[in-house]
Amino acid sequence: MIEIRFHGRGGQGTVVASKILADALTREGKFIQAFPEFGVERRGAPVAAFARISDTKIWPRHKIYEPDHIVILDPTLIGAVPLLDGLKPGGWILVNTTKKPSQLGFPKEFKVATVDATHIALKYRLGSAASPIVNTAMVGAFARVIPVVKLETLLDAIEEGVPIKPKENRAAAEEAYNSVIMEG
Amino acid sequence: MGKEEKKIIFKSVNDLPPMAMSLGTMWVNKTASWRNLRPIIDYDKCIDCMICWKYCPEPAIYLRDPDERVAIDYDYCKGCLICVEECPVDAIYTEEEGK
Amino acid sequence: MKRMAIVGNHALSYGALLSRVQVIAAYPITPQTQVVELLSEMCADGTLKAEFVKVESEHSAMAAVMGASASGARAFTATSSQGLALMHEVLHWVTGARLPVVMGNINRAFGPPWSIWTEQTDSLSQRDTGWMQIYAQDNQEVLDSVILAYKVSEQVLLPTMVVLDAFFLSHTSEPVEIPDQEMVDEFLPPYENKYILNPDDPHAFGGLTNPEWYMELRYKIHKAHEEALQLIEKEGREFEKLFGRYYGLVDPYRVDDADTILVAVSTAASTARYAVDLLRERGKKVGLLRIRVFRPFPYERVKEILSGAKKVIVLDRNLSPGAGGIIASEVRGALANVKNHPPVFSYIMGLGGRDITTKNIMELFEEVEKMEEGKDIIWKGVKI
Repeated sequence: MIEIRFHGRGGQGTVVASKILADALTREGKFIQAFPEFGVERRGAPVAAFARISDTKIWPRHKIYEPDHIVILDPTLIGAVPLLDGLKPGGWILVNTTKKPSQLGFPKEFKVATVDATHIALKYRLGSAASPIVNTAMVGAFARVIPVVKLETLLDAIEEGVPIKPKENRAAAEEAYNSVIMEG
Repeated sequence: MGKEEKKIIFKSVNDLPPMAMSLGTMWVNKTASWRNLRPIIDYDKCIDCMICWKYCPEPAIYLRDPDERVAIDYDYCKGCLICVEECPVDAIYTEEEGK
Repeated sequence: MKRMAIVGNHALSYGALLSRVQVIAAYPITPQTQVVELLSEMCADGTLKAEFVKVESEHSAMAAVMGASASGARAFTATSSQGLALMHEVLHWVTGARLPVVMGNINRAFGPPWSIWTEQTDSLSQRDTGWMQIYAQDNQEVLDSVILAYKVSEQVLLPTMVVLDAFFLSHTSEPVEIPDQEMVDEFLPPYENKYILNPDDPHAFGGLTNPEWYMELRYKIHKAHEEALQLIEKEGREFEKLFGRYYGLVDPYRVDDADTILVAVSTAASTARYAVDLLRERGKKVGLLRIRVFRPFPYERVKEILSGAKKVIVLDRNLSPGAGGIIASEVRGALANVKNHPPVFSYIMGLGGRDITTKNIMELFEEVEKMEEGKDIIWKGVKI
């Protein structure tokens, strides 16, 4: 079982990202639980979502305190929220940023991957210039860094699961998959 | 008017339907036995204003055949006497039941 | 059959869809809203041929489905917490009128203070309304339980509440097998009830009943619950033949040689199953008894399974102030007439949606290992 925590801000599509992932893994016959940090949603406020992934039925049903990997949809959360809490050594930190992994200064015990999802989202006009929706680009990068699902399955799930611009979202995920930089 | 009253005697719980249900509708479930005082319309005074019909909670006031004057349905009138109270021309008087 | 990732709320909606419900009346409340949202979309686009009645409160919602059921329609609603409390009067009415209404209730703690998070007190405080209550531990069970609920309810003429945890099921996406409509139709025939409102055979229902017969009608409700105990297991087996999944009154896990058995419901029971596996790996003889059906209460099953244990732990994510854990009191009641019954350790935890982790549940077993005498109430995690 792999446990993942997503960090983003309300309105970036963090919850939809975890739902798309759930759909994609379900298509491959795997087991997944994807759920938001339960609360009152507020645009711009830090939010979290969780996913458990397994080849067999998943029994624990509570929040994830010791994730295997974390995904950060918004680089401004770094330093603002205790993102690395409980992250297991050797786990991936996937960040939406213009920086290279080594420039982020995360502890050496973690592996770091970066992708400029904001740039990709803007390129495909996902969301607005003021608040680009980076979720599909981030799950695209995720599929490369944590290979629990085939890219093609994920892209199909995106195309059928997003409320608008299916082709653009698909292209954004594919571009992120191909452009993510991994170190570690 | 009305169906034949059904008479079923319940002996045990097994005779009962799952919930309380009448054996018929109000056609058979006549409520006039509750009445102590019988309201009677004095047709010389009655002006057919229908105010008694408006106020009757049952409703047990109807227009009789063939003259279409206001009348009281004594199968269902429970004897609340609201009609007596509300009649603007005091055309309804009462008599004790059974006399 | 189609495998889809859906949230628990939508599992309720799909359960209603596949059961071919004919009337839905509901009022939105967090965390139930998605149930009704999807059902109203299904009604609007013609996927579900049902009458969708918009109402101004939960009391009206329950009254509307009661009327629908009384006129012979298969009726559905869903609510949560305060909404369920507002339905309370009509819940009694539906049982007394012997109407097989099925509803979803998303467990949410009562206010004040306001909370939107899970806790079983809302549904458990409707314990004595005569509704059957099923507590699901995953989204598949939520969907399947709606279909099973109609099957049993319509035979014994009792209503059923399918209960699921706020967020841990209601808003969690996970794979669910959506059964084929033809197979559901094979399992669940159309609703028929000879005691309905029918202009061709008019009756008045629920009228004043003298002390001479009221008690007999209550007796019949209780007898119907006893019949349901048998029927739930029987229909569970029929369902298994068609769909490959069995749901009974209780769900015992590794209890056969267990010294200590934990009793729990809902998602806490799912987590407990994982905790039991971890403790078994360490050589601890522990087991789990998940109570799936709380009303009718499966006294016999509970006695059979627990009387062989040395210690019984009950995890209650609910509170009857002044008494303690509601499930614990049932369990103690079930064991009272068993000779040399095991001591019961009653834990209150996870109120207002406070997380119940695998680690927390492992701690219960570890704590109880050091105790000999049973405890009427133990508060787990309260900041004292």
